[in-house]
Amino acid sequence: MSAKTSFDSKRRAPETGVPFQGASLELRNLSLAYGQIQVVRDMSLTVRPGTTTCIIGPSGSGKSTLLRGVNRLHEPASGDILVGGRSVLDDPPDALRRRVGMVFQHFNLFPDHTALDNVALAPWHVKGKGRKAARHLAMERLRDVGLEERSEHRPRDLSGGQQQRVAIARALAMEPEIMLFDEATSALDPELVKGVLDLMAGLGASGMTMLVVTHEMGFAKKVADQVVFMDEGEVVEVGEPERLFNDPQSPRLQRFLSEVL
Amino acid sequence: MDALETLSRTFLDFGAMVQVLPQLLRVGLLNTLIISVSATVIGIVLGMLLAICSISPTRWLRLPARAFTDLFRGLPAILTILLIGQGLARFSQEIFGPSPYPLGIFALSLISSAYIGEIFRAGIQSVEKGQLEACRALGMGYARAMALVVVPQGIRRVLPALVNQFIAIIKDSSLVYFLGLLVGERELFRVGQDAAVLSGNLSPLVAAGVFYLIITVPLTHLVNFIDERFRSGRRKATAPTSGLKEIEEMDNGVAVNTPAGVGH
Repeated sequence: MSAKTSFDSKRRAPETGVPFQGASLELRNLSLAYGQIQVVRDMSLTVRPGTTTCIIGPSGSGKSTLLRGVNRLHEPASGDILVGGRSVLDDPPDALRRRVGMVFQHFNLFPDHTALDNVALAPWHVKGKGRKAARHLAMERLRDVGLEERSEHRPRDLSGGQQQRVAIARALAMEPEIMLFDEATSALDPELVKGVLDLMAGLGASGMTMLVVTHEMGFAKKVADQVVFMDEGEVVEVGEPERLFNDPQSPRLQRFLSEVL
Repeated sequence: MDALETLSRTFLDFGAMVQVLPQLLRVGLLNTLIISVSATVIGIVLGMLLAICSISPTRWLRLPARAFTDLFRGLPAILTILLIGQGLARFSQEIFGPSPYPLGIFALSLISSAYIGEIFRAGIQSVEKGQLEACRALGMGYARAMALVVVPQGIRRVLPALVNQFIAIIKDSSLVYFLGLLVGERELFRVGQDAAVLSGNLSPLVAAGVFYLIITVPLTHLVNFIDERFRSGRRKATAPTSGLKEIEEMDNGVAVNTPAGVGH
């Protein structure tokens, strides 16, 4: 493990020595529904600050919906969400979303904007930084993800892996306390997956609190502090990766692992 | 041969055409352009408003927008123009004076806004949901996300349809003559028709038709050009590259703590 980091210097919190100060995340009996149909039922989960939690499970199990519930892109039907120990359901959703970055499976970059403007847009228009300051910040984040030289490229002139790294830089530019990844590597060509996963692992190691929905079991095994196995909208099993992967308790997880490993 | 000669005298009497040419240029063309351009500009502003209302989450914005669109898209243009041009003449008189010209533009604007609104709506709705979602996930409000990201993409996609609509408005602008325009306010069709009646020969109308074509035909080709260009994008052909280069780029650029051998 190399100790060098470009997330350091100014962003490094002096007392802890980590570049990010991730907040804790707690879900209490969270339920999410589409109309009458409950997609996530009574979910409780605690993510300690600066740790990475991977959510695994078969498709349709409610993983992505759960993630979208955390930043209220999908409004919870019941239950509570606490960031840094404080409930966020009474605040406007936009206030929560400024603290929680999200990375999507299909990147969702803005095609009319350059990589730099993709990253600078929210700091400029949402955080109210000046245009110049926002672009400066955006350039730093692009440098963090190794795309400084592609700053003037539009998304269509970037590979999937590069686009996803721009998307990560875009989320980081808002200086989030928590990062959500929704199958961030599922749409990538195989040789580009590792680069994005490495970048994510780096963020985790630098103190970011991360909730990662993934099909990359290798990533979950090596990087996660905690793995959640979801099926049919419920948490079936939670544990440290070693325990969960080597000694699955529930038949459903055993079955799932036998299919994917 | 007689029949051919009669036809040619009726339609292609160059003398009659040349005679009406100055008026077509100075009065007809000018007014046609003023009417169509103003109706299009107003139609774009109103149309954008309609589009935004018609996709609004608020029903009380959606319903009136739908009703307006149904009404002005469903009626024949001539009927709308007559109803508005004559029905509102008294009110218009107080503001604009006796000329029906502004009311003609107004009626055409309402009609075009209904069509343009639908064009914009289709364009905005064709933008992937993920775009709005990405904005919202960054903490942007709905209005700002629409204004900064979604609507501009939608507009770009419907530029060809907008140009088509402009062509339709140019042609519909001839209907304004039903309101009885003053001499100096006549558009291409009316100038041509007046001259045709006076000379008992259709050639001035043919000349007016040529003027319409001079405007509309290049526009149709512009549509094709825009369409082509946006479909293929501005992407330049690039030499084959390698995903492996990208991995090197990551190694050079990124200096984050990276646990070795993550993933594969």
